[in-house]
Amino acid sequence: MSGGDAPGMRTAPTEGSATAPDLGLFTVLQDDGTAAPGVDHGMSLDLAMRAYREIKRLRLLDARMILLQRQGRVGFYGACTGQEATPIATALALAPTDWVFPALRESVMMLVRGFPLRTYIAQVFGNSGDNQKGRQQPSHMSGRAANQVSWSSCIGTQLPQAVGAAWASKLRGDKAAVIGFLGDGATSEPDFHIALNFAGVYRVPCVVICQNNHWAISVPTSRQTASATLAVKGRAYGIPSVRVDGNDVLAIYSVVSAAVARARAGGGPTFIEALTYRIGAHSTSDDPTRYRSQEEVDRWMQRDPLLRLRRYLVAQGTLDDGLDADLEKTMNAEIAAAISEVEALPPPARESIFDDVYAELPWHLREQREELLRSQPAPGHSGG
Amino acid sequence: MSTLRYRDAVRAAMIEEMERDERVFLVGEEVGHYQGAYKVSEGMLERFGPKRVIDAPITESGFTGISIGAAMVGLRPIVEYMTWNFSAVAFDQILNNAAKIRQMSGGQFSVPIVLRAPNASARQVGSQHSHAMEHFYAQVPGLKVLAPATPADAKGMLKSAIRDEDPVLFMESETLYNVKGEVPDDPELLVPMGVANVAREGKDVTIIAWSRLTHVSLEAAAALEKEGISAEVIDLRSIRPLDEEAIVKSVRKTHRAVVAYEGWPFGGVGAEISDRIQRLAFDDLDAPVLRVSTLDYPMPYNAKLEQHVIPSVPRILEAVNQVLYRS
Repeated sequence: MSGGDAPGMRTAPTEGSATAPDLGLFTVLQDDGTAAPGVDHGMSLDLAMRAYREIKRLRLLDARMILLQRQGRVGFYGACTGQEATPIATALALAPTDWVFPALRESVMMLVRGFPLRTYIAQVFGNSGDNQKGRQQPSHMSGRAANQVSWSSCIGTQLPQAVGAAWASKLRGDKAAVIGFLGDGATSEPDFHIALNFAGVYRVPCVVICQNNHWAISVPTSRQTASATLAVKGRAYGIPSVRVDGNDVLAIYSVVSAAVARARAGGGPTFIEALTYRIGAHSTSDDPTRYRSQEEVDRWMQRDPLLRLRRYLVAQGTLDDGLDADLEKTMNAEIAAAISEVEALPPPARESIFDDVYAELPWHLREQREELLRSQPAPGHSGG
Repeated sequence: MSTLRYRDAVRAAMIEEMERDERVFLVGEEVGHYQGAYKVSEGMLERFGPKRVIDAPITESGFTGISIGAAMVGLRPIVEYMTWNFSAVAFDQILNNAAKIRQMSGGQFSVPIVLRAPNASARQVGSQHSHAMEHFYAQVPGLKVLAPATPADAKGMLKSAIRDEDPVLFMESETLYNVKGEVPDDPELLVPMGVANVAREGKDVTIIAWSRLTHVSLEAAAALEKEGISAEVIDLRSIRPLDEEAIVKSVRKTHRAVVAYEGWPFGGVGAEISDRIQRLAFDDLDAPVLRVSTLDYPMPYNAKLEQHVIPSVPRILEAVNQVLYRS
């Protein structure tokens, strides 16, 4: 284990023999619900309980959103089920001034960092409650108030942007760290190489986190790379790289906190591979039974981050069945109320489609808008 | 007023804007220590230091994406490509990110970035280095595309571009870098986007051009004058936004139009202009609108063949004679 800030204590690894990115896996939460002895993971029980609530809320929310899609009430959804620990523990390790450049399964970080649930759900409906004005696909949320940008569906393009934002932070000396996310599939994209290369050369305060969930839609990681691990790739760019148990809230919190602290102190970027598993489909457009076995899914269900954290909190005396049931009831009610309130909102005003193409409305779009406003609204569209 | 070459005018614009606004920086291949592949950024590293004149690893999509990220959080990058041809590997960042982030985010984020490089033919550099890339980019809502022909416009429009809140693609030309012209010294004198310039007044025919072809068209107009034909040359300067009004106004006066530009004939900016003229000035036209473009062929290396492929004075004259029904 590498040395940490406090002598004699084990802290999150940056890069060391026991956690060599090609071999090791940094884990804190043990199967019996205890934390590995002698590891200073830095996460208080209060914060661990907060993480539990966030994971639970997301799991309930994801299930409801998929249901809405199946009922034809929303168009698309990409759930985070099974891999909630990494985005949520990461969000809890950040300061409000830090930036998030997410991939498909990290939208929730905005919620954890204070973005309102109703506006978040409105983005899935894409109606007048949506701060993105009904323009972006669901699971591509963004909120400036939460310092989180939208993901681009073209895989990996957010990574150079994350490095650029980190570079801006370095040039300005404003101490903000930037977190860029990707999945295992995106490690094959040129933008992954670009981001790590620039991050290493410019030594920017950026933490690049790869959620290796083992499947890029139907392509297993073994068909994505012949490399034994993804974490080892960071080494080629001269970047400290860590492989962490992505279903272990304590381990992720500790690794990300260390990486962010180093970034803030001017120590440059870190690459983190978080080993996890996508329990559900890639998105509502996907059927995973066509390419992977239920036996594999069942095996990973045993490593469910929610169950593992629950076991820990119960062992610590922070959580019990009654409290858990109450929590679930309250959250389900909160989500249901938010959905019914948001679903009732009208679509965005039809003339709003011409806004935000440019900073100022150009004359040709102004003409098109006037033309649109002279025509009858479509049935059911009260806007405009 | 000072007499400057086109490359010095581009540099002057960057220097003035970087002195005015500390958020502005320049990044690209060879822009620093090497002083720029075409010496456009000569002396700028020494003036502003390596934090604001940044030599990038060779990855166009990389420094484009990085600059987009920096712009999203408040900086104002100028990205130099060695040529616009190389922007092809950054196309996704330009098309799917720079152009759309404001719209997709509901106006929460903007990308005030300038992408600049020499564009189109550059004398015997073959098919991969001779593309007129404005045709690809001008189609995209969310982008602005400028192609000034003179040193004064290069300076004044680049300054407008740097101060703009949207992504602006600025198309220079290797063949124009040594062109000299009078350039205003006043650092607050900007040339607006979307306003064409009447480079030469005339009454018999309108030749619409931009960038290098403005100069070729002016040559053609001089030759026509000797034959008693008065040609008006409209230098668009700005492709998107497009000064439709200036085009229509001129065609209403001359009743005949030729569009001269580098780039292939299939689709593209020339076809867009022809469409607008026939739509907006149909009753004023005395002849079909003709286009003089690069031939529908990848650019050859051989100098003679290249001259055959790119638009030239004789081909413009031929088109003008056709719209005037002169044989």
